[in-house]
Amino acid sequence: MSSLLTMAIILAAILGGAYVFRFAGQKITNNAPMFRDMGYGVAFGYVLAAALLIWAIWYYFQPLETDAGMKNAGVQFFRWAVQGFIIAAIAAFLFRLFGQFVGTAGTRKLFRSMPLTASFGILVILLYAIVAIFAGAIAPYGQAEILGAANVTAGGDPALGGNPEYPLGTDQIGRDILSRLIYGAQNTVGIAFVTTCLAFFIGGSLGFLAATLQGWLDQLLSRSVDVLMAIPSLIFALLLMTIASVWAVELGVPLTIFMVLIIAVIDSTRVYRLARAVGLNIVVMDYIEAAKLRGEGLGYLVFKEILPNAMAPLLAEFGLRFCFVFLTIAALSFLGVGIQPPLADWGTMVRDLAPFINFAAFAPTAAITPLLAAGAIALLTVAVNFVVDWMLHKSSGLKE
Amino acid sequence: MDGLSSILKIVLQRLGLGLVTLFVVSIVIFVAVNLLPGDFAEAILGQGATPESVAKIREDLGLDQPMITRYFSWLKGMLTLDLGTSFAQLNFANFGGAGTTTIAEQIAPRLSNTMFLAAVTACIAVPLAVTLGILAALYRNTAFDKAANMFTLSSISSPEFFMAYVLILFLAVLNPIFPSLSNIFEGMAFSERLEKSMLPALTLTLVVTAHMMRMTRAAIINLLASPYIEMARLKGLSPMRVIVKHALPNALAPIINVIALNLAYLITGVVVVEVVFVYPGIGQLFVDSVKIRDIPVVQACCLIFAAAYILLNLTADILSILSNPRLRHPK
Amino acid sequence: MSNLLTIRGLKIEGRSDETWNPIINGVDLNLKKGEVLGLIGESGAGKSTIGLAAMGYTRDGVRISDGTVEFDGIDLVRASAAVKRGLLGKRIAYVAQSAAASFNPAHKIIDQHTEAPVQHGVDNRASSIEDGIELYRKLRLPNPDEIGFRYPHQVSGGQLQRAMTAMAMSCRPDLIIFDEPTTALDVTTQIEVLASIREIVEEFDTAAIYITHDLAVVAQMADTIKVLLRGDEVEEADTRTMLSAPKEDYTKSLWAVRAFERPAKPAVSTGAVPVVSVRNVTAAYGTTDVLHDVSFDIHAGRTVAVVGESGSGKSTTARCITGLLPPRIGEIAFDGEVLPADYRKRSKDQLRQAQMIYQMADTALNPRKTIGQIIGRPVQFYGGLTGSARRARVDELLEQIELEPSQYFNRLPSELSGGQKQRVGIARALAAEPKFIICDEVTSALDQLVAEGILRLLGDLQDKLGLSYMFITHDLATVKAIADEVVVMKDGKVIEQGPKLDMFTPPHHAYTDLLLSSVPEMDPDWLTNLLQERGVDNIGDAAVDKM
Repeated sequence: MSSLLTMAIILAAILGGAYVFRFAGQKITNNAPMFRDMGYGVAFGYVLAAALLIWAIWYYFQPLETDAGMKNAGVQFFRWAVQGFIIAAIAAFLFRLFGQFVGTAGTRKLFRSMPLTASFGILVILLYAIVAIFAGAIAPYGQAEILGAANVTAGGDPALGGNPEYPLGTDQIGRDILSRLIYGAQNTVGIAFVTTCLAFFIGGSLGFLAATLQGWLDQLLSRSVDVLMAIPSLIFALLLMTIASVWAVELGVPLTIFMVLIIAVIDSTRVYRLARAVGLNIVVMDYIEAAKLRGEGLGYLVFKEILPNAMAPLLAEFGLRFCFVFLTIAALSFLGVGIQPPLADWGTMVRDLAPFINFAAFAPTAAITPLLAAGAIALLTVAVNFVVDWMLHKSSGLKE
Repeated sequence: MDGLSSILKIVLQRLGLGLVTLFVVSIVIFVAVNLLPGDFAEAILGQGATPESVAKIREDLGLDQPMITRYFSWLKGMLTLDLGTSFAQLNFANFGGAGTTTIAEQIAPRLSNTMFLAAVTACIAVPLAVTLGILAALYRNTAFDKAANMFTLSSISSPEFFMAYVLILFLAVLNPIFPSLSNIFEGMAFSERLEKSMLPALTLTLVVTAHMMRMTRAAIINLLASPYIEMARLKGLSPMRVIVKHALPNALAPIINVIALNLAYLITGVVVVEVVFVYPGIGQLFVDSVKIRDIPVVQACCLIFAAAYILLNLTADILSILSNPRLRHPK
Repeated sequence: MSNLLTIRGLKIEGRSDETWNPIINGVDLNLKKGEVLGLIGESGAGKSTIGLAAMGYTRDGVRISDGTVEFDGIDLVRASAAVKRGLLGKRIAYVAQSAAASFNPAHKIIDQHTEAPVQHGVDNRASSIEDGIELYRKLRLPNPDEIGFRYPHQVSGGQLQRAMTAMAMSCRPDLIIFDEPTTALDVTTQIEVLASIREIVEEFDTAAIYITHDLAVVAQMADTIKVLLRGDEVEEADTRTMLSAPKEDYTKSLWAVRAFERPAKPAVSTGAVPVVSVRNVTAAYGTTDVLHDVSFDIHAGRTVAVVGESGSGKSTTARCITGLLPPRIGEIAFDGEVLPADYRKRSKDQLRQAQMIYQMADTALNPRKTIGQIIGRPVQFYGGLTGSARRARVDELLEQIELEPSQYFNRLPSELSGGQKQRVGIARALAAEPKFIICDEVTSALDQLVAEGILRLLGDLQDKLGLSYMFITHDLATVKAIADEVVVMKDGKVIEQGPKLDMFTPPHHAYTDLLLSSVPEMDPDWLTNLLQERGVDNIGDAAVDKM
């Protein structure tokens, strides 16, 4: 009850503060337009933001250990988050600066107008690509290598049950978590990338074919896609994975391959829709009519006239599709029906390491391992989304 | 009246289309399962099955019948809510267990649990997302809009289980406000039930709100750029009146669409979240059945999910038709 | 008498690529009570921006950087939002270009009409409705008692434009800004709207700023005319002075466009085989016929203008000729030889002989290809030229359309102006070395001076290469300038056809007569005389309905 009362008091204070803020602003600046035309809601927003900022600074400087000697893990996590955010921002800034002076004239120009989020996104994607490609060289141990000690705590502090040899500790059966995280980049990202390419190949070519030829082929494909899209994709994937798991045993083919095919087919329906829509928009253009009336063949129309104009939206869609596929695979693996052991994979790791979270109050570092695996997934999708967001914004801005 | 009949015609058309889609989807689900290799009954029982038990199952399932017959009897079962018995239960019975339950009995309480979770989520997420979306559109390109954009993008990008564990870490482990396990059972008091469902609901809210808010923002920005909004401003109307009287009636259709789309998205999200929080819903049952290859349950769940999905999309479609003045008042 | 509106040193900037660029560079403006000022200029002159700034309003991404806008002693640039809201709609009103887009589709017209008076406390709802109906009657809207109770999409464009004028009048403002109110309308509809706007502005002695790019329109409406060019004032004078004796070169060149006319060619010798012959063509989209028994001939080296308003079937006729829409009945002959109806069945040479130039140069050129590639493709495709021979031919074509080859060969369409893009479209058609070119509204998206340049170029090319043109247009000034023969179409039928001189001298078919008489002329008394001559009920849609 008292917490409710505190909240009510804080709210009232902010509400009052907003009024005072606007009134004082009007008096001090002699009715400058900014304060004169300020709505009460806007004033409230300013004061609320200020209050949040003050609270965040206050919380950041709370002691790490309480008077009773208990660890104040919440503060620790908050500090980590803030520090991570600042480091990311600085890295993104430096990377953008770097890009403004290195590279071709075109890329330099691109970097100059780039928001920080996009440069952060590109930086992260590059890092992931490097880690994924050179995983074997970077990782200290093998992905399936079972080492001496199981359940070593992360952080490398022997007092808390850690071991400097395994900076992020080991899992329940004694595999090095850091190595598995690094290999996870190769497996999870690599498989998602292959799946997305496959989905684009299937959906893209069928979509453009439907847009160019139209008629019964378009009808047939579009209606089939309608039906497939009427089943939620994760549900459909789970259903097909059930069946595939029986087939995998029967045929002796790894289940992972079935998963790639299944997700590629399910996702190609979305690609098909987009490719067809983009294609249809281009097909009605006068320059296509001019090419048709010139007597050009189908190949020239599709590859020389339509495709070059469809690249920009398709590239953006590739980013979004990749995120979607990546998250679907992670979800399947998390549910235990995706990428199969012994391949290291982030979704599976989250599920396996999840119980560590309950130790957070005693050893903040212990709780970090499952979140690291989940965070690795989130970070890449955030990065891709930042880049796509910027690309879409740029292409829509050019039209104005 | 002429207008009424034409709009009725469109609505009926959409309803019919929805039914046809559902019918075709049921065929897809049924046929997909029949793509299983070898003998169905052996697949269920595994290698250690005795010939008698295989024969019994085969008879129970009517596997000697042709596929079309089996499909229609399955469909009839689905329509009459006679969903059959799960393989797990069949096995249980074969090994001498007593008091088997049917799939319908298994699913019914879980379905209502899931509906409860979805309803709680919707109650929090819809007002929140629509308000924030409208605010972001009104104050676009301000610090608030940019922060919201970054936050929602991050939240959309994160897998549901990431959000779930972060919430568990902060709201269950470090500050024990809500329980991290949602052991819900029948006859529980509403308040307790609500408390136990809070973390899964919050997780879903985070994900769905982000989507919904972005889409609402885009829809409203699109709308605010239209000449009639400029006209309303040039008539000297108050900003509030411009929004309420001129923007909202036209924003209704896109916003309804956004809400329905995202509630449909909940259907997918609910599966993972239920697993994380061990919430006894239909998603959890679905995943468990997938793992033990309990085909009849998988089929039934799949059809329920698909039906809900189609229904939501259909509702969105019909509501946006009804809110379109051009269709409501034809020439 | 003191000014109602005084603008001093107005500077406006627009944002693009994160920087602010000037749109208006210091314009002054005076408007007295009851006076009508015409703002005229080509696209990019900043007319609409000034019009909105006169209301103290700027669009997103635009800001007033300097100057004052004083309305009745209140500086709208520095006034608070609340003060401005009190004036807008009540004392200053706005009539937008597209009434269809500016009426809210969710509310009835009359509800939108009464909104300003009720919100500003000028009138109550019931009497405002009565007043609205009265205004509708004054503006000669059909069914004035009932039309306001419809939704905007249930009313035609010309009627909506008048309903919007009524809405602007609802509070009896001192000033109305008309922002190109008739630009989107057909000529026969435009005249009705013009007549009613003028009448009502006079009746209530309202001051107005009338923004348009059409000189003849502004001549009817304004007391004073101000000419703008790229954000600067060129000159200002009262309407009669401005029309008879413009001072500045730019204004003179604008006026001169009107006078451009190619000499008529001698009549075709009887028995000559026409290049293109459209014979009894009836065509349908789906099951509804949109063309009915259309026939006409186009002879070598001559221009046939096909004239009509929107929906008359001009463009459909072109689609039949090119073979995109095979006619249901009838045939197309080229040099006396019947062509296959479907373009896919025509030979490469048959396709080469008939080329097309489009209205929107933006969608007619592939944005991802350079000018060299766009023009080079038909050179290679039909002529088989490659490498340096192809390059030489493209250079030759670029010179023909008066673009410097070395400068333009590697450019993308987005780096060209509208007129230059249209020239590239012409070069692409010429590259096929055709006998016959269809020009589909090629000048209607361009400013008058640029359009005149395109018309002159097409004329010179015709003289040099002996081309035949089919010129699709709704603009009778263009017809006058370039046509040898005219075909008038309405509702998919040919109403009248013949040599240009015959078409422009009476007697005409009633529709041709209406069409011709509806085209505004540069004479300030034209509208007044016309109304006296024909009577208010014999113009516009009302007259069409009687036919």
